[in-house]
Amino acid sequence: MGAKTNHDKFKSDGSLAGNALEWVDARFPAMSLWRDHLAEYYAPKNFNFWYYFGSLAIVVLAIQLITGIFLVMFYKPDASLNAAGVPVAFASVEYIMRDVNFGWIIRYMHSTGASAFFIVVYLHMFRGMMYGSYRKPRELIWIFGTLIYLVLMAEAFMGYLLPWGQMSFWGAQVIVNLFSAIPLIGEPLSIWIRGDYVIGDATLNRFFSFHVIAIPFALVGLVVAHIMALHEVGSSNPDGIEIKDKVDDKGIPLDGIPFHPYYTVKDIVGVVVFLMVFFGIVFFAPEGGGYFLEYNNFFPADPLKTPPHIAPVWYFTPSYSILRSVTSDFVIVLQVCVAGLWLWLVRGTSDVKQVIITLAAVAIIVGMWAIDAKFWGVVAMGTSVLIIGFLPWLDRSPVRSIRYRGPIYKGFLTAFVIAFLTLGYLGTQPPSAIGGLVAQFFSLVYFAFFFLMPWYTKIDKCKPVPERVVYK
Amino acid sequence: MSTAGKMDCGRRRLILATAAVGGAGVATMAIPFLSSMLPSERAKAAGAPVEVDVTNLAPGQLITVEWRGKPVWIFNRTQEMLDTLSKVEGAVADPKSEADQQPNSCKNATRSIKPNLLVAIGICTHLGCSPSAKFKKGAEEGMTQDWPGGFLCPCHGSTFDFAGRVYKNKPAPTNLVVPPHTYLSETRILIGEETRGA
Repeated sequence: MGAKTNHDKFKSDGSLAGNALEWVDARFPAMSLWRDHLAEYYAPKNFNFWYYFGSLAIVVLAIQLITGIFLVMFYKPDASLNAAGVPVAFASVEYIMRDVNFGWIIRYMHSTGASAFFIVVYLHMFRGMMYGSYRKPRELIWIFGTLIYLVLMAEAFMGYLLPWGQMSFWGAQVIVNLFSAIPLIGEPLSIWIRGDYVIGDATLNRFFSFHVIAIPFALVGLVVAHIMALHEVGSSNPDGIEIKDKVDDKGIPLDGIPFHPYYTVKDIVGVVVFLMVFFGIVFFAPEGGGYFLEYNNFFPADPLKTPPHIAPVWYFTPSYSILRSVTSDFVIVLQVCVAGLWLWLVRGTSDVKQVIITLAAVAIIVGMWAIDAKFWGVVAMGTSVLIIGFLPWLDRSPVRSIRYRGPIYKGFLTAFVIAFLTLGYLGTQPPSAIGGLVAQFFSLVYFAFFFLMPWYTKIDKCKPVPERVVYK
Repeated sequence: MSTAGKMDCGRRRLILATAAVGGAGVATMAIPFLSSMLPSERAKAAGAPVEVDVTNLAPGQLITVEWRGKPVWIFNRTQEMLDTLSKVEGAVADPKSEADQQPNSCKNATRSIKPNLLVAIGICTHLGCSPSAKFKKGAEEGMTQDWPGGFLCPCHGSTFDFAGRVYKNKPAPTNLVVPPHTYLSETRILIGEETRGA
């Protein structure tokens, strides 16, 4: 249900609490917020398991904000060496772990929370892809969501530098150097980001500032925008049909139930189960087998020595694999792909569009010759994230939900999931010849899912969608 | 208030001018904030040249010194290592060191002033990791059977020969950087300056 305006103000029944609420409501839209977003926000009654992850993402955000506030009380962003010859930042994390009362649980909640955030967000995004949650009129929710994902990556990356371990240092070194691949402005840009010619104290201090102030503000702002946009158009559901099309005489969707109490209570069950798993990890496997906290990060940063095997934390590895797969040989494959895409796009469009598409294709193909593969690796990695935001326009299927889609989409989505997981696994592994080829193949599969979508969603054989939601 | 249906052009111009001045002010105000993130004067001053004594550098030995926060290798190559350089010429991307990655004094077959002593910044030209030494021939250190010895970047697998030249079709686009350096005496190297001036 869309947000309603001009609610009647709350009228007290004469009790003390009632009088207080009436006083507040006359001066602040307390009741209208309550009704618009909870008590009279009608959500489809057929939400399934996959719809837990939105509320879980908010729970993890809260965990990260609260634990973060307490970590800042003890952490010191300082790269200089203390009397024992250990960087102060690294030593302050050890101090939190060993000497601060319950510091270990606060720190492990924060580090496990980072991985949990990505697990929850990836599943939340996959839900959207399965049920077509991004389709009109929910494009803006999806764009805000993609931006949240992007900002979350920045937040996680900058946070990972703070313990000032070997992985922190060399991970930041690699990622900041990505920017230096941009022709002309790249080198000065990366110096500006670092604030020095190498990763150092200046970088640590600014990443700390961004990690605890700037990005959390942006993140919370985007989450608010995401939910406001959602509540403006209403939630989609596993059937991908609009519940607002069938309403009763009061204008309430026949298949809708008030978010509160129905989904608040349902989500509490999800939160309890989630917290059981979450604290299981915090208590018994906080390192997550070296995936949540990498072993090399228990060594202090050494600017003169790269560890023998460096890999980003697991949630970055799919993108990282794509970055790594773009070698000068593979650029030729990409050029062929761009040429193929051009052949397909120029058919049957207007003259002006043909000229624009041809010029763009020629520019990219020539550019792939002129600028070295490193830059295109960065472009491919950036594209692999940003392309997600374009799904609402790439998808041309007459239906939204996977329940009514044909075999072609199901095939492509399966291939995409396999590609994502394989790329993720390969990204954690040291570079190898065979792994490189597999990563190149799955990078192509990853992009094929998006770039071929306008074509395969159109020719797919869809099933008829029901009038009302399917609910047992 | 302007009268109905008729725009007050004078007021419109004033609004536009005010908005333009305000916009310019905001844009100008961004300069100090963005500039503050550039390397500070102290960071800029930290790049002083470094002097290294190589008297005790045995053949086949590599030492790492820090210059401008970066690892600089000083590597005393054996004759056997130098002999591999001509053999791998067909396999490296820039055998003649044509890209501007070294001072002119080192634009030669060994990429060094003295043939045996390589001075190079130990930072991969791909994304800035520090390559590891894989000096033993063949598969002994986890390389391929036909590996002639050199360096491997652990991050993305770029390989370099004993002169820091990158092998073809690897992520790193160029050879390792040879920093400006000069010999103060037979055994003393100054890293960071090409001539003994200053």
